[in-house]
Amino acid sequence: MTSQNTQPELLSGGAMLIRALADEGVEYVYGYPGGAVLHIYDAMFQQHQVKHVLVRHEQAATHMADAYARASGKAGVVLVTSGPGATNAVTGIATAYMDSIPMVVICGQVMSHLIGDDAFQETDMLGISRPIVKHNMSVRRPEDIPYLVKKAFYIAQSGRPGPVVLDIPKDMTIPSQKFPYEYPKDIKLRSYNPNAKGHPGQIKKALTTLLAAKKPVLYSGGGVILGQASEELTTLARKLNIPVTNTLMGLGAYPASDPQFIGMLGMHGSYEANQVMHNADVIFAVGARFDDRVTNATKKFCPNATIIHIDIDPASISKTVNAHIPIVGLVKPVLQEMLQQLEKNQGQLDQQALGHWWQQIQQWREVHGGRYEQSAAHLKPQAVIEAVHRHTKGDAYVTSDVGQHQMFAAQYYKFDKPNRWINSGGLGTMGFGLPAAMGVKLHYPEAEVVCVTGEGSIQMNIQELSTCKQYGLNVKIINLNNGYLGMVKQWQDMNYDSRYSSSYMDSLPDFVKLAEAYGHVGIRVTKAEELEPALERAFALKDKLVFLDIHVDPTEHVYPMQIPGGAMNEMFLSKTERT
Amino acid sequence: MRHILSVLLENESGALARVVGLFAQRGYNIDSLTVAATEDPTISRLTLVTRGDDQVIEQITKQLHKLIEVVKLADLSESAHIERELMMVKVKTTAEQREEVKRCADIFRGQIIDITANTYTIQVVGTSDKLEAFIQALNGTQILETVRSGVSGISRGERTLSL
Ligand SMILES: Cc1ncc(C[n+]2csc(CCOP(=O)(O)OP(=O)(O)O)c2C)c(N)n1
Ligand SMILES: [Mg+2]
Repeated sequence: MTSQNTQPELLSGGAMLIRALADEGVEYVYGYPGGAVLHIYDAMFQQHQVKHVLVRHEQAATHMADAYARASGKAGVVLVTSGPGATNAVTGIATAYMDSIPMVVICGQVMSHLIGDDAFQETDMLGISRPIVKHNMSVRRPEDIPYLVKKAFYIAQSGRPGPVVLDIPKDMTIPSQKFPYEYPKDIKLRSYNPNAKGHPGQIKKALTTLLAAKKPVLYSGGGVILGQASEELTTLARKLNIPVTNTLMGLGAYPASDPQFIGMLGMHGSYEANQVMHNADVIFAVGARFDDRVTNATKKFCPNATIIHIDIDPASISKTVNAHIPIVGLVKPVLQEMLQQLEKNQGQLDQQALGHWWQQIQQWREVHGGRYEQSAAHLKPQAVIEAVHRHTKGDAYVTSDVGQHQMFAAQYYKFDKPNRWINSGGLGTMGFGLPAAMGVKLHYPEAEVVCVTGEGSIQMNIQELSTCKQYGLNVKIINLNNGYLGMVKQWQDMNYDSRYSSSYMDSLPDFVKLAEAYGHVGIRVTKAEELEPALERAFALKDKLVFLDIHVDPTEHVYPMQIPGGAMNEMFLSKTERT
Repeated sequence: MRHILSVLLENESGALARVVGLFAQRGYNIDSLTVAATEDPTISRLTLVTRGDDQVIEQITKQLHKLIEVVKLADLSESAHIERELMMVKVKTTAEQREEVKRCADIFRGQIIDITANTYTIQVVGTSDKLEAFIQALNGTQILETVRSGVSGISRGERTLSL
């Protein structure tokens, strides 16, 4: 009798897939059905543990899963059909890959015996996705499905996270063919051992170097957020009283309202952050990758700095900028070890030198200080972000699209918590913002979720307003409508004598009516005095999606802006000033 | 600098494509590439000859390590090693040339492995330099076809690349 109870249950490939997702703790799958995944969708229908969210375009499914992962730290799951379903997911997979976001993408495939025949809706998804995934696999035998699902999650979530594609031919999920189901408890791969703790000797050397610094700076990136190490980072920075700058991907890892925070660095970083970097004698880089949007010309990068670099991915170390003290490891245990060593030896920096450094930083802070021109004629996009920050008490999840509005959000919404700022930094994917906001809202229905977008970007996935209606995803959309592909226009102003080649968007829709057509609330703001009441009303409408179409100054540029080909600290500070 | 990388790879479909794709995507050179299963059928061994400065080679090895199916790898050129490549050359041989071609093959320890009325097929094994030298030495003979295996390599002495 007991032996019967311990017999594994018999399930079809499709049912095993869904059960495996449930056993992995997956609550939502985002996707779109089609021929190759019909067996899987039928299996989905017959259970209630894993819920499915039907998007309106597969790209949106990937961004929803991605943003869920960015907010929660757990892999998001996507389910799409073969051929066009899979290719529509490609942009979202690449977006996740560039920002090291854990994601599992399940793609249908034509029947095994048809593969290679140019069958209906056949594409080589393994081939297409290979350069933009951490790993991809196909199912050869239905009984392997539980193991492959486990493996997909393990690879996606461990080490430097990333997307994993699982390609499933239709004949692997036939309902009548059943196999004993057992979900593996854990998994070990001889060729993959991701969780390095960091070499204690290197950590000691790093600490000694840091303590000997006279002009130190802590430069932290998305790795601190992915590695859930912002507490350790904050503690260490405060103990040492050193300035902290975050990359675009790292915002919120160190509280922006803290006096030690000197702002974002890089192309549109603060004047003081870029000056501090350029003049530092020790740069302590934590989970950041010296991306070209940070360094500007690498030949002129921080000439006097000794570089300490913690990263889980050895390939990120000394890739663009040589690291003097590399530490390969997960940021959290490495920072913990550092804190312990610091505790033990009670080390301190040279307080006099540090005092001078802070005085210098104070002077730099006063040079630009995030100022922007005021205008009587137009609402300023920066002012809108500041107002949104006030209305949400700085505690919203903010997603963004790509363009000027993204940079204004990064600069003027002061993030005090990790996982709150959700944007496509690496790939720069317009169309990310709305589905990203949806992915967050679905999992955190009580939280305020704001999508900062532009009239160009929002139209890349506007169809998702329909999905929002279906699932009651009441996000707030802040459309910074400048009537232009603003970031493109800015470059055309600066480099092409204002020849606006295809950067003017005429025939824009009436966004208010459009929102209403989808069953939501739309509010237009064209004058400064309308902003406060509009935000008031929008955030009071808890159970409504509100689309705020806010007309902002079409001539505005994002500053500071690094001068291309220059050093980190060579910047334009306004339309008329440069360093 | 020329480097010979030896890579132990899970013997799975797609693994080789990942290695080759990596070189194409990131703009690294491949001078030659050979791959076959080892004594353990679950593992293939791939030998890859590439060129680049130290920084490029370091990136190549790190990026290769990141591929999930790469189990182990070594840069053979960092220490004492043996490299071999096999070449087969089919040449047109008139009656007068035969003696000369045979003597040349002997000097390079080559073997004539096939003969027709008008051709010789010669097999030569050695380092890539030696194979090139042999082709130079055939100067004056009409080469109809050459095929090279690509470089295989192994380290000298006790050092091994194995699981
Ligand atoms: C999918 C995609 N296509 C093109 C681009 C290039 N691009 C970057 S910013 C931008 C303009 C975005 O315009 P809008 O959404 O109105 O934002 P704004 O800059 O005006 O705030 C474009 C076209 C991109 N990042 N993504
Ligand atoms: Mg715009």
